[in-house]
Amino acid sequence: MSEREIKKGIKELSPIDVYALLPRTNCKECGETNCMAFATKLVNREVTIEQCPPLLQKKYEKEYKKLKELLAPAVKEVTIGTGDHAVKIGGKLVMYRHEFTYHNPTPIAIEVTDEMDEEKLLDKVKKVENFSYEYIGREVNLDMVAVRSTSGDPVTFKSAVEKVAEATKLPLVLCALDPNVMEAGVVAVKDRRPLIYAATKDNWRDMAELAMMYNCPLTIFAPNDLKLLSSLAKTMIAYGVEDLVLDPGTFTGEGLSDTVNNFTMVRRSACRRGDELLGFPLIGTPITAWVGEEAPKEVLAWREAYIASMLISRYADILVMHSLDGWVQLPNLIWRFNIYTDPRKPVSVESGLKTFGKPDENSPVMITTNYALTYFTVEADIKSSGADCYLIVVDTGGISVESSIAGRLLTAETAADAVKESGVEQKVKHRHLIIPGLAARLSGETEDLTGWHVIVGPRDSSGIPGFLKENWPPKE
Amino acid sequence: MEEKEEKKAGLKFDPKLLDFLTDFEEIELEDVEIELGDLELWFQPGAVAAPPRVVAPPAKLKPTTILEADFIPPIEEYPGRIGEVKLGATKGEGGSRSKTIVIGGETSPAFYTFERPPPHPPIISLDVFDTKVPLPKAIRMHVQEVMEDPAAWAKLAVEKFGADMVTVHLVSTDPLIKDTSPADASKTVEEVLQAVDVPIIVGGCGDPKKDALLFKKVAEVTEGERVVLSSVTLDMAQAGVLDGVAKAAKDHGHVVLAFTALELNQARELNRRLYEFLPKDRILMDLTTAALGYGLEYSFTIFERARLAALMGDPELQHPVLSGTTNAWAAREAWMKLGPEWEPRALRGPIWETVTALGLLLAGVDLFMMMHPAAVRTLNDVIGKLMSTSKATPEKIADWVTAEV
Repeated sequence: MSEREIKKGIKELSPIDVYALLPRTNCKECGETNCMAFATKLVNREVTIEQCPPLLQKKYEKEYKKLKELLAPAVKEVTIGTGDHAVKIGGKLVMYRHEFTYHNPTPIAIEVTDEMDEEKLLDKVKKVENFSYEYIGREVNLDMVAVRSTSGDPVTFKSAVEKVAEATKLPLVLCALDPNVMEAGVVAVKDRRPLIYAATKDNWRDMAELAMMYNCPLTIFAPNDLKLLSSLAKTMIAYGVEDLVLDPGTFTGEGLSDTVNNFTMVRRSACRRGDELLGFPLIGTPITAWVGEEAPKEVLAWREAYIASMLISRYADILVMHSLDGWVQLPNLIWRFNIYTDPRKPVSVESGLKTFGKPDENSPVMITTNYALTYFTVEADIKSSGADCYLIVVDTGGISVESSIAGRLLTAETAADAVKESGVEQKVKHRHLIIPGLAARLSGETEDLTGWHVIVGPRDSSGIPGFLKENWPPKE
Repeated sequence: MEEKEEKKAGLKFDPKLLDFLTDFEEIELEDVEIELGDLELWFQPGAVAAPPRVVAPPAKLKPTTILEADFIPPIEEYPGRIGEVKLGATKGEGGSRSKTIVIGGETSPAFYTFERPPPHPPIISLDVFDTKVPLPKAIRMHVQEVMEDPAAWAKLAVEKFGADMVTVHLVSTDPLIKDTSPADASKTVEEVLQAVDVPIIVGGCGDPKKDALLFKKVAEVTEGERVVLSSVTLDMAQAGVLDGVAKAAKDHGHVVLAFTALELNQARELNRRLYEFLPKDRILMDLTTAALGYGLEYSFTIFERARLAALMGDPELQHPVLSGTTNAWAAREAWMKLGPEWEPRALRGPIWETVTALGLLLAGVDLFMMMHPAAVRTLNDVIGKLMSTSKATPEKIADWVTAEV
C-alpha cells in the first residue's frame, strides 16, 4: 500500500483508457477542444460523462456503460433532499486525502425531537439555518436538520416533521426505528427525499418498503457488527434499495477504538477491495455522547465536539449532532472545510493592499504572496508586533514565497505590478519596500523595476517584530 | 480475466494470484510451457487493474430473510516499520530519570488496531518557558503562579497536568529577546532535571547559530540523560553548524528533533545529513504543525503521507514523529473575542488545541507538545481508549434515537 501503489490506483483511470471509450470525433459539443481534453477532465472529475451529448446516443450505449463503471467512485454518491436544497454525500474516490481530493464535505445535521415544544423546536431550526461564520473570506454553515421521534407516536412525529419542513428548506434526516412512526414522518415530507434512519436487523423489511415506496435513501444501523452491516446491505440491494447509508455505530466512550476501527475497515474494504456491500457513505452520530451519561452539559458537549472532529478525519460522510454551541461547531466546520480542499491546490487569499493598525505616510511597506497559510502567518506575526504598516499581497495563485519564486510566479515583474496596483505609492512618502528573506534574490531587479529601495526582510515572518525594531525607520 | 476463460484454459487461478497480479501492468512468464489447441487472450483496459468485486446477486424476488454476507477484516502487510526511539535515561543507563519512554515501532497506519495495535501509545510533553512569554488567557490562568520559575512550572506540568515529558523552551536565548548565554540557559535545564524525573525536551530559540551553541552546551551539561534537542534544521546545515550539533548529540547520548516545513524531500535530506553522525534511533521528525484553520490540513496530509511512505519501506522516513500542537493557539479562533454566540473562550481555546491534536493523532503523530490541561487530559483519555479494543456495548447506543438528551 505505498504512495506509489495508491497513486497507481487513481492512474488506473488514465485519460487514454477513458479516451478509448469516447466517440473520438472531436466534435467539441462538450465545450472542450477535443475528446482527449474531455477525457482528462473526466479523469480529474471536473466534468461528467453526460456532458458528452453523442455518448448518450444508442450506438454508444456500450461505451457509456463501460465509462460509467470505470468512473464509478469506490463509495457511492447518495443524494438527500431535492432540487436546490439537495445535499450529496459519499462519492469518495480514495481513502487518503493526498491521493485525490475528497468529494462532498461531510454535512452536519442538527437534531430536534418530536417532543420539543413548538417554540423551542422552531427556535433550534432557525438557529441551524442562521448559523454562520466567515472563514478566509468564505461562509461556513450547518447543513441539515434531523428529526428524532422520542415519543414513539406516529401522530406526534408527523406533526413535528411537518413543522420542521415548513420552517426550513434544509435537507432532513428522519430518525425512528418503528416503521409505523417512520411512515407517518416520511409521508409528511414525501417530496423532500429525506434520509431514513434506520433499518436494523429487526425492522429491515418495512424500512426497505418505505424507502422503495417514497424513493428515499436508507440508513442501515448495525452497531459494532460489520458482518450484519454487510448482510443487511446485501439484503437491501437484493430488495431493490439502491441508495444506502451505513452506520456501524458511534461509541464515544468505551468502544471508541471499535468505532475508529469500524469506520476505517468499511472505508478500506470499499476503496481497496472493491467491496460493493460496504461501498456506501458512512454516517457518524456524535450525538451518542449525550446518551445515558450523567455529566455536566459542557462535558458532554466537549466530548461530542471532539468525537465529531475525529469522525470527520476518519471517513464519516454525514454527522448527526445535538449541540448547537458555537464553540462545539466552529472547530468542526473549519476542519471539514480544510480537509475537503484540493490537496494539490493551496487555498489562496485575495491579493491587494492590506493595512494593519493605523499606518501613516512613514509606515513600513511589506510584500508577500497570497497562499493562505503564508498570508495568515505573516498577518499573525505583524499583529503580534503591533506595528502599523502596509502589506502588499501578490497573486501567486495561492503558492508560498519559496515555491512561487522557483515557479516564477513571484518575480520582480509581478512584485512591481503589485506595488503599482496597490496604490501604496500615494499612501506613503518613503520608497522602502521590505521583501521576504526568501525572495532576497529578487531585490536588485525589483529595485530597477519599481524605483523603490528594497530591504530584505527575515526568512521567516516570525522575525518581523525583531526586524522592524532593528530596521525601521531605515537609515538613509 | 473472465472465469469462463480460465475454465477454457483448464487452469484454476488462486484468487490471491489475481489480487497479486493487479499490481502489475505487464506480466512476463518464465519457464512455463503452455499446451493449448486454441488460445484466445483478451485484455480490457482497466480490467486487469480493477480489484475483485463482491457482487450481490440480482434481485428477482424480494428477500424474506436477511441474506448473509461475509465480512473479512481488510488486513494488509507492509514491508516497512517505524523505528523505536528511547527518550530519557535512568540511573543505570547513565542518566537520572525515574523511567524511560519508548515511542515509535508502528507496523500499521495510525490506530488501525484491527490490523496491528501500536506497540507504544503516543505521549504528551508539556511546554515550559524560561522567560515570561505572552500566553492566551485560557492557558495563562493555569500557569500564572509559576511563569517565572521553569522548575516549578515543570513540576506542575508533571504532577498536576499529567505530562509524560516536559519541554523547556529556552526562548530567552534569542538574541532579540534576552540573549541568555548557553551556560546560563543550561542551568535552567539542570534545574528542571532536578525538579522532575520524567524525560525532557530542550527547545532553542530558532536562531540556527545561537541554537547550535546552546545545544552543544546543553548536550554536554546533561551528558547521558537522552534529552531531545529541539530542533535541528536545514538552516543549521546552511549556516554550517548542523554537524557540530549532531556530533554533540551523539557524543553525549542525546536525541535530536529534525524539523522541516511541510516538505518530505527536505525531511529526507535533513535525515540523510544526520545519518552521517547519528544512529537512526536518535532521530525524531517534526514535519510542522499548522493550527486548525491555518493549514492543519497540510500538516495532517504530510504526517499521513510520511507514515504511509515509511510503512511502504522508505527508510529515510521511518522515524517517530512529533507535533508542536501548541501552535493551535496561533489561530485567532482559539483566543479572540468573536461575539457572544462563540463563547466561552475558556472552552473554545482548549477545544481548538484538542481538535488540532486529534487530527494529527489519527495521521500518526507519536509525541505531542501541548499546553492546555483540558486538551492534554482529553488527548490522554482518547489515546487510552484507542489502545484498548472490543469494549463497545451495542445496547448502549441501540436506542439513541429515542433517548432523552
